[in-house]
Amino acid sequence: MKTDIILSGVGGQGILSIAAVIGEAALKEGLYMKQAEVHGMSQRGGDVQSNLRLSDEPIASDLIPKGHADMIISLEPMESLRYLPYLKKEGWLVTNSRPFVNIPNYPEIEKVNAELDRLPHKVVLDVEEIAKEAGSIRAANIVMLGAATPFLGIDYDKIEAGIRHIFGRKGEDIVNMNLKALKAGYDLAQSLR
Amino acid sequence: MEKHLFLGDEAIAQAAIDAGISGVYAYPGTPSTEITEYIQGSPVAKERGIHCRWSANEKTAMEAALGMCYAGKRALCCMKHVGLNVAADCFMNAAMSGINGGMIILTADDPSMHSSQNEQDNRVYGNFAMIPMLEPSSQQEAYDMVYSGFELSEKLGYPILLRVTTRMAHSRAGVVTSPLKPENQMNCPVNGRQRFILLPALARKRFKSLLVSQEVFTKASENSGYNKYFDAPNKDLGIITTGIAFNYLSENYPDGFEHPVLKISQYPLPRKQVERIVNECKEILVLEEGYPVVEEQLKGFLGKGVTVHGRLDGTLQRDGELTPDAVGKALGKEIQSYYAIPEVVEQRPPALCQGCGHRDMYEALNEVIAEYNGAAKVFGDIGCYTLGALPPFRAIDSCIDMGASITMAKGASDAGVFPAVSVIGDSTFTHSGMTGLLDCVNENTNITIVISDNETTAMTGGQDSAGTGRLESICAGIGVDPAHIRVMVPLKKNYEEMKSIIREEIEYKGVSVLIPRRECIQTLTRKKKASKK
Repeated sequence: MKTDIILSGVGGQGILSIAAVIGEAALKEGLYMKQAEVHGMSQRGGDVQSNLRLSDEPIASDLIPKGHADMIISLEPMESLRYLPYLKKEGWLVTNSRPFVNIPNYPEIEKVNAELDRLPHKVVLDVEEIAKEAGSIRAANIVMLGAATPFLGIDYDKIEAGIRHIFGRKGEDIVNMNLKALKAGYDLAQSLR
Repeated sequence: MEKHLFLGDEAIAQAAIDAGISGVYAYPGTPSTEITEYIQGSPVAKERGIHCRWSANEKTAMEAALGMCYAGKRALCCMKHVGLNVAADCFMNAAMSGINGGMIILTADDPSMHSSQNEQDNRVYGNFAMIPMLEPSSQQEAYDMVYSGFELSEKLGYPILLRVTTRMAHSRAGVVTSPLKPENQMNCPVNGRQRFILLPALARKRFKSLLVSQEVFTKASENSGYNKYFDAPNKDLGIITTGIAFNYLSENYPDGFEHPVLKISQYPLPRKQVERIVNECKEILVLEEGYPVVEEQLKGFLGKGVTVHGRLDGTLQRDGELTPDAVGKALGKEIQSYYAIPEVVEQRPPALCQGCGHRDMYEALNEVIAEYNGAAKVFGDIGCYTLGALPPFRAIDSCIDMGASITMAKGASDAGVFPAVSVIGDSTFTHSGMTGLLDCVNENTNITIVISDNETTAMTGGQDSAGTGRLESICAGIGVDPAHIRVMVPLKKNYEEMKSIIREEIEYKGVSVLIPRRECIQTLTRKKKASKK
């Protein structure tokens, strides 16, 4: 198997935590993995992305070539569109529907949605709403991870183990909150597919 | 044989610990910061008492590292590419003295300038100093190079420059680690004065030794396992890669190379292998991340001899980092995108955080500056507050290098600019601003310096700042009149007070230091979270 994923969002939304959980899960699954991310200046409220590559064979490049990504996972709708040149023809886009407006010229959300509608394979969901229902809006990123899990080619319980590993030192409450968020996202994506 | 998921930076840090370093010396800078942070968080480093506190700047870091190596122990010194400019004086001369305990100098270059002012390629510095260099192509290689690199440094007697770029520093992969080695015992050099006192008569001898060593360094490269030759049938072209360019090439040939490939990860260039690929192939393509360093060496000034393609003839773009697509294009491969970026997508530049003290500082400063009808010039510096250049603030007129705000404002004031204002952060001030302030004090320059103090090194993630709690006494010690060192709290409710202080100090004919002080909103939030636990 070989899965190339682009994670996107706005600095501070938590895409790097998603990447870290998937990374741990992949390592436990015995998969090869490369995950490139950007730190520093762009993290201050700017657009952020991470290239995540999983494979059962060694991976050469840390960066995904154009037209090769199996999926885009985004915590922000406009940001999900920024990386479309990297998406495969039959690739999936899974994005949060709620815009993060921190620029004066943010487009009308209807226009963003119209672009999302054009894509053949997508899942659009309000992860913040689901996270709130599941217990904490802070776990919105993990709801998104849950929604993306069916596409990853990694067992659900390995992702759960990844969450325990990454959030373990923050205490049992935080772990359980995130596990609940993961399940909520997973169930919803299954029902929408 | 344990496998870990490591950022390139973390692989380097773990390798340095495992190789038995006694100290890491560094100043934070993207993309190198995580190396020192990892060592600061390592239980082994704590148990061993490995030195890991931040230094005031890259020059003090490198000199301290050299001192540790003088005493026979192993030291790692880390910086971002432009940090080597600051440390260059020590760097060039450490190549003259050589080392005693092993020394690795790590430079994390940032092509495409993700978080930097330029994209200088520090392999040029390695060639300049004439010391051996390593440039890993994978996180595993980065680990192995550092793990064995201290021994290599001790064997050759010189510091080693290890160069990574953003995509290596900030990309994660599985890494297999090696057993922990003991630290070196303290062991100052016998006849050390012959090497470490660079008086002209002795320095001339040292330089001859360095020149003689070049042949040894080249042999080491030729015999290095990191430099590999891959033969292939189609000899119309031979491809030379350096560092991670090898990965982008491999990505384009999943089923094996079509042309012979020489992968270079240790310098100086391995003469034997380079001669082989040039002799066996009709033309050469050089793929390297950064400047056309190898390409220029092969091509020479006149461009006679073998035909070399790369960044200089337009086969690859001259600037910016490499990508698998850029390399694919250079190899004549078709790059296919199925979806374009829709026009509706807008740029989302980084911005100062909501609630950040720099915002309030700029709000007040901008209002006073506006009263001078364009005559005022505000010289900025390197840090989060550089974002004051962007809307809505558009508050600064320059941002060149660490500390330049004070000295450029000084020069502009000397030329007659009034008001000449400098905006600098607390960490940048102790990094490189203090000496410039001394120049201003000595000449009683008519200048207003704003040290926007958030009590941390914020841009790189909130590392300790060397002058926290002591900025007023540092400025007074340098000679600023205490009556013109004015502290304020940058908050909306204080705007009127802030504005009148700024006005007064701009009108004062001499050196004024304003210190708007409020803790970074990011470090404050983190502390609050930690105290809740």
